[in-house]
Amino acid sequence: MDDIDRTIINHLQQGFPICPSPYRQVAETLAISEADLIERLKQLLEQGILSRFGPMYHAEQMGGALTLAALKVPEPRFDEVTEIVNSFPEVAHNYARSHALNMWFVLATEQPEQVQNVIQAIEQQTGLPVYNMPKIQEYYVGLQLDV
Amino acid sequence: MSLDVIDRQIIQATQAGLPLVTEPYQAVAEQLGLTTEDVMQRMQAMQDNGVIRRIAAVPNHYKIGYRFNGMTVWDVDDQQVDMLGRRVAELSFVSHCYQRPRHLPEWPYNLFAMVHGKTEQDAEQQAAIIAELLGDSSCQHQVLYSTKILKKTGLRIAG
Repeated sequence: MDDIDRTIINHLQQGFPICPSPYRQVAETLAISEADLIERLKQLLEQGILSRFGPMYHAEQMGGALTLAALKVPEPRFDEVTEIVNSFPEVAHNYARSHALNMWFVLATEQPEQVQNVIQAIEQQTGLPVYNMPKIQEYYVGLQLDV
Repeated sequence: MSLDVIDRQIIQATQAGLPLVTEPYQAVAEQLGLTTEDVMQRMQAMQDNGVIRRIAAVPNHYKIGYRFNGMTVWDVDDQQVDMLGRRVAELSFVSHCYQRPRHLPEWPYNLFAMVHGKTEQDAEQQAAIIAELLGDSSCQHQVLYSTKILKKTGLRIAG
């Protein structure tokens, strides 16, 4: 990762235009070529420095629902349970965390009632209780991490 | 906002990522048998209505040097949690801030704030600033560091 990559990441965390040639427009702002920008984005995605590039869809605005949920997974079963939880397309993110509640995942569903169905299915398949923590209030989202 | 069949096709075609070609919206349009203009208009409408939060790059925190991603959780007085949650959210280093239900007795925490540090010391310092802001209104807290990303695909809708 060089300085140009860093500039690209910082710039594209903020947004991307909707116009016929958006890469060209961004490339002009960053004073690089369109081909260079596209190639670098490919590399950054391939190397996993970017996990995604594209529209970030909002489940609730689509009429769906989001929740944060946690599991207390016995250490020897961690990989097996990870596989079960990750197999659900509704699981958008999943993180291991240092706590007795050691697996934390975000469920995003198109229908609000699907949340409960997925939680029940995860409980059934893992034999573990799911701690469901849907937000009561959201105070703010939107930090950019400077590279 | 109500989404029609075509909006849903656009979501499905772009939810894994925007095509990395010079005319990405045209590429989506060709794939779906739509006009570029239609795809751009619909995506703009979805962005204006908040269905698309934004079109953006999502970095892997670890790989850009933020190795200490802490979910700080706080047991905050119910009467004050709204006011204090808003103030915590205003701190420049907090990326997400939510009020969530407790699961007593095991989980007494009702305020969640994500912090990101390049060093453990950075993250601890950020947690200390939150602790100071909350003062006596929070009687206990913890910082849960993520030790591994197990999945990070973002929202997926089924076909």
